[in-house]
Amino acid sequence: MISTKSARLVIHVFLVLFGLVWIYPFIWMVFSSLKTNQEFLTSGTKLMPEGEFQWENYTDAWFTANFSGYFLNTVIFTVATVMIVIILSSLTGYALGRIDFPGKKTIMVCVVAIMFIPKGYTIIPLFKLVNYMGLDDSILGIIVAEASGAHVLFILMFASFFANLPKSIEEAAEIDGAGFLTIFTKVMLPLSMPIVATTAIMQFIWTWSSFLVPLVLTISKPELRTLAVGMQNFVQTYAVDFSGMAAGATISLIPVMTIFIIMQRYFIEGVAGAVKS
Amino acid sequence: MAKNLELEQKQKAESNSNLKTLKRKKTIWAYIFLAPQILVFFIFSAYPIVMSYVYSFYEWTGIGPLEDFVGLGNYQQLLSSPRFWNSALISIYYILGTTVLGVGGALILAIILNDQKMNGKGFYRAIYFLPVVTTTAIVGIIMGNIFGITGFFNQFLLNFNIIDKPIPWLTDPVLALIILIVVGSWKGLGINMVYWLAGLQSIPNELYESAQLDGAGFWSTLRHITLPLLKPMAAVIILLSLVSGINAFDLVKTLTNGGPNFATETMDLFIYNYAFSSQLGGGQVRMGYASAAGVLLGLFTFVISMIFGAASFGKQIMKLKGNKKSKGGVKA
Repeated sequence: MISTKSARLVIHVFLVLFGLVWIYPFIWMVFSSLKTNQEFLTSGTKLMPEGEFQWENYTDAWFTANFSGYFLNTVIFTVATVMIVIILSSLTGYALGRIDFPGKKTIMVCVVAIMFIPKGYTIIPLFKLVNYMGLDDSILGIIVAEASGAHVLFILMFASFFANLPKSIEEAAEIDGAGFLTIFTKVMLPLSMPIVATTAIMQFIWTWSSFLVPLVLTISKPELRTLAVGMQNFVQTYAVDFSGMAAGATISLIPVMTIFIIMQRYFIEGVAGAVKS
Repeated sequence: MAKNLELEQKQKAESNSNLKTLKRKKTIWAYIFLAPQILVFFIFSAYPIVMSYVYSFYEWTGIGPLEDFVGLGNYQQLLSSPRFWNSALISIYYILGTTVLGVGGALILAIILNDQKMNGKGFYRAIYFLPVVTTTAIVGIIMGNIFGITGFFNQFLLNFNIIDKPIPWLTDPVLALIILIVVGSWKGLGINMVYWLAGLQSIPNELYESAQLDGAGFWSTLRHITLPLLKPMAAVIILLSLVSGINAFDLVKTLTNGGPNFATETMDLFIYNYAFSSQLGGGQVRMGYASAAGVLLGLFTFVISMIFGAASFGKQIMKLKGNKKSKGGVKA
């Protein structure tokens, strides 16, 4: 569409410069985390620290400000949530996409209707529910609260994937004497790996960044806080420790950014697929 | 012969009943597979949705039993509260602002990146998408520093003599809202860009080729082919952007916390403050009042979705009636 070479060069220059501005906050964050607090305040717009890199900011954040605990909580919270979501969505998607059974239409309609129900502020009842169940003392409470919604997008992705597999796959396995469960776990689920991967990566990034659920559910439980919530706490407690703040933010963001950069194809395709359907 | 026929019938009946038991077995398995999701859905989704309505009819601090039934009292109080209306207005500004900037900017970027002969598409896409995957609550804190009175942005402007004294980006009511909208748009632009790219890729290449043969330039191709064909997609993208703007909590909480003096308090922060922060919620926790505001916010979201849903579906139905062959072509 854009025909001339020089026009394309101008666009490249623009895209690179603008892209640099676009991700500058993250670059700024990383370099600020290597400065002393004194330097942070006086260095103005200089990016590079003048003295040595202050790696202590990281050890301080990790050990003293308890980012190690937040990090561990976030990993447990995220991995458990991702696993639960994959199990629930693949089972539901398989039943809806592959099997004809009475009541299927009703369930399909319900699944779609869920997206349109006006929800109130469900975090209050959820908060109360987790308390009633006695789960407020463990990370399990945050996990079930986060993982338990109906993940309509993932269910539909699994359902349409399983629905489009040829019938002959099952027939061949049935002739070999494989039961329903064996067919699912040994044949179908392995085939659906691309969907599993997309679900895993999208849910990972969402859960890692989840804020309201862990914030509310750990209101009186500092030891259960995740990175997103712990950061909030850090800023309130150490208001003037700017480079510590930058170090904590870097610790919190590097894992998601890395995963995104490695797996971006799955993620972007998942997002694009979501809007198409 | 007769014997053979009998045998055949017998076999048929047997395989029929086999098929039936197989089918019944499959039905049972289907329900077993659905059971965990259904169970979890009723406990952790349906119950909270119902209770979020129930709570809204009570005056309740969240401790002790639900006793103080006030009927529509919370709603009446909300509708006559200037702070509530202010938060609704702030939410609307935020939603409209992020949609105009985030969706509009994303369209421009997507059109540039959709150019067939463009190199480094994947690289640019990743760069502009990066903010989307970062934790909003962390980004809010970083941005709070960058736009602080002694923050990077002011230093930068001072260094280049663009301004001669620091600008209170986050402590001026209007500027704080603008910063919130700019950061929110920046954060969400990448996802809209991917949506637009998906839409652009569904436009068949032959159309561009024949436009080129007809001597159409970049702008007329854009105006007469690209934009009209993106219209159905546009409704969906705008709707998604509007709805995601309603949930601005993570960013508002960490970037301005509603300040200065409630000037950037969006509806979801208003609800949170009444439900969980006695300090910002007017002295005491009021879960029922917050729930009522939550119901109003839910209805607000519902109405927006319905209006846009009806608009886009209505158009599609009209189109289908107009020319039935225009279906298809929605492929990557």
